[in-house]
Amino acid sequence: MNFDPRYSGRSFSSVGTRPLRPDGVDKVTGRARYGADFNMAGQLVGRVLRSPHAHAIIKKIDTSKAEKLAGVKAVITAKDLPDLTDGDAAMFDTLDNCMARKKALYDGHAVAAVAAIDARTARQALKLIEVDYEVLPHVTDVDEAMQHHAPLINDAIFTEGLEEKPVKPSNVSKRTQYGHGDVHQGFAQADFVVERSFKTEQTHQGYIEPHACVASVNPDGTADLWVCTQGHFVYRQHCAQLLGLEVSKLRVTSSEIGGGFGGKTHVWAEPVALALSRKAGRPVKLVMTRDEVFRASGPTSATSIDVKIGARKDGTITAAEATLRYTCGPYAGMWAEIGAMTAFACYKLENVKTVGYEVLVNRPKTAAYRAPSAPMAAFAVESAVDELAKEIGIDPVEFRIKNAAQEGTRASYGPVYGPIGIGPTLEAVKEHPHMRAPLAQNQGRGMACGFWFNFGGQTCTDLNIGMDGTVSLAVGTVDVGGSRASLSLVAAEELGIDYGQVKAIVADTSSLGYNDMTDGSRGTFSSSMATISAARNAIKVLRERAAQMWDISVDDVAWEKGHAVAKGEKHGNLGKLSLKEIAAQSGKTGGPIAGHSELVADGAGVSFATHICDVEVDPETGSTRVIRYTVVQDAGKAVHPTYVEGQYQGGAAQGIGWALNEEYIYGKDGRLQNPGFLDYRIPVCSDLPMIDTQILEIPNPNHPYGVRGVGETSIVPPLAAIANAVSNAVGVRMSHIPMSPPRILAALEAEREG
Amino acid sequence: MVEVTLWGALGQLAGGKSKVEVEAKDIRELFRKLAEQHPAFEPLLDRGIAVAIDGTIYRDTWSKELPEGAEVFLLPRLAGG
Repeated sequence: MNFDPRYSGRSFSSVGTRPLRPDGVDKVTGRARYGADFNMAGQLVGRVLRSPHAHAIIKKIDTSKAEKLAGVKAVITAKDLPDLTDGDAAMFDTLDNCMARKKALYDGHAVAAVAAIDARTARQALKLIEVDYEVLPHVTDVDEAMQHHAPLINDAIFTEGLEEKPVKPSNVSKRTQYGHGDVHQGFAQADFVVERSFKTEQTHQGYIEPHACVASVNPDGTADLWVCTQGHFVYRQHCAQLLGLEVSKLRVTSSEIGGGFGGKTHVWAEPVALALSRKAGRPVKLVMTRDEVFRASGPTSATSIDVKIGARKDGTITAAEATLRYTCGPYAGMWAEIGAMTAFACYKLENVKTVGYEVLVNRPKTAAYRAPSAPMAAFAVESAVDELAKEIGIDPVEFRIKNAAQEGTRASYGPVYGPIGIGPTLEAVKEHPHMRAPLAQNQGRGMACGFWFNFGGQTCTDLNIGMDGTVSLAVGTVDVGGSRASLSLVAAEELGIDYGQVKAIVADTSSLGYNDMTDGSRGTFSSSMATISAARNAIKVLRERAAQMWDISVDDVAWEKGHAVAKGEKHGNLGKLSLKEIAAQSGKTGGPIAGHSELVADGAGVSFATHICDVEVDPETGSTRVIRYTVVQDAGKAVHPTYVEGQYQGGAAQGIGWALNEEYIYGKDGRLQNPGFLDYRIPVCSDLPMIDTQILEIPNPNHPYGVRGVGETSIVPPLAAIANAVSNAVGVRMSHIPMSPPRILAALEAEREG
Repeated sequence: MVEVTLWGALGQLAGGKSKVEVEAKDIRELFRKLAEQHPAFEPLLDRGIAVAIDGTIYRDTWSKELPEGAEVFLLPRLAGG
């Protein structure tokens, strides 16, 4: 990589402005094409048969009656998706999750699929498939699954990370530990110690658009997939591996995305659609119903967390410890490990220890959900921090400021921090008028901090300059939150032209080099770096062409504010050449003008936020309403501030739903009781106040403009901030998320009964 | 020679050590020598390891140099949403 990513401290003309979004009109007029909006001539309808059992051996599947039904063109089972994973355990889990092989591991696990001429025929065919199950005992609760007597989900899993290799299989796939210092010594120095246990229920990302794709496999081994995804290049890799296709022959095109939040980083139905198309010899469209999205895509973990924090009278934390148990669904994961890494990342701690346990349960395979695992850990830690501040008698903001991590602090997950923004977000909260606004009866205020790593990754970008001087920018990171506008601003900034001259698109997998997914808050961070690099490469060509037009040495040509400028006294009579003028002559000066970039964008820079929340709790019903909410977060540099604010608001809104309403409710039979938006209620506009935002800009030293990722951190503090607000409103510490009306009433009743 | 700090799971595979010393000029050489010195690391190296150099996390830039005296910390490769 011949590109210097260091922060340059430059001033900006386009970056930091708020132009209209390029995809806005299409989205509000219905022209935008989402996953289910794509159609092909002759396409079939795909439908999936799912296990009604939480845990069962699949003894036999008879598809003969379904295959004979008129209009059915293909029926597949796991036999049609043979294991091509070559010992890759994670890919095998993905394959098994797409189509159960020996056992159905959760209510909703796919066991067979059909492709038929219409939806009615497909549904009829599903009813004709006979599956002989041997139902097994199941477990869905994280703590119960860890008990010795719990039903064993996978007898090949032996807990990793123990000092001695276990002799018996277990539902705990891994134990991990982070920290430094000596917590026993630290607690011995404490004047106050708070020790509490917390639970959070499983939630879904709740994207409005369900998983949808159209797959078309041709007899010559080529294939196309149109799909709603956060990473079409990654989907291509995974689908090609699972289907035995050549990567270069599978072309994946991403649609507009109606929300992903981590849930569309993983293949679910796409390999099934490709397998159906391969067998039927026709294109197959497969769209999940909402019921299927809840039962069979990837929600986040349910958790059970113990926290212990000790501090001296002066407010210095002396030790902090947490044990975190996270559900992974029926496959091994690393969700508790991420919780263990992030739990105390906001604080400067001499003695800290966190232990994570990955727990298998008969629930859908856990997937990433916006800063995965961090919100639950922050809920537990920030609740205990608030309670400890109260016991010491110190203001909770001052307490956090006193113990906040800073540049040079050893993070609880290991390395020493560079320049970070937790301190400034806390200082901004301390000074914010929200903190001084009066509260009425039954109202309470809470605040909390949050941390997320942010990632970069492999990125490839093409910038093409048209003969009319307009610029098309082809990127490979799916636009989940406005990156096309942000990247157009970056291209305009670098080239020195107007934002309106740039049009950004998301290119398909056959048109551009590989890109990692849009995850880890990396979309704008990574692709802006690649866009800057591509633009600089294009400027090099523009200078060469201007030199030709002037017939002077390229060394005498500089690029300033969208123009080639001849330098030196000997060229004093030459005027400027605009990008448009150079582009108009490109056919005669060497052909098209373009800039390309492929790079690994690393050094994303960690991110911190602090939130303030006011709630009002009805003591008769236990119903909670958020009446005011403020987000303060470090963006490094806000490329398009409106989109950054949107990310802050979106994370807070999702966190409010998680904190107050949302949860997977399983019956004793292991079946999900609420797989629909009527019974799994996400917040709508009328449930929310205007969410205020304050953007801080502490430049990331590893990006030319100082950009950090902003997409995920905003969901980390809300569970804790709202829990602290509700606890302050009702005078009882709330330790179980969501704080639904029945839970609040139960907590109040328990308090009354002492 | 750089001193490399291992996270818990990796430390267990290194016989309980939390730090190892490796003669390496960049991440690529670091991973190669770690695999040579500690064959048990290979499955984790295949799964993906991130390297924090003076607090900045690198996941894929194997050409990143390891400056003399830098704090080098190995971490698991994490997922984002």
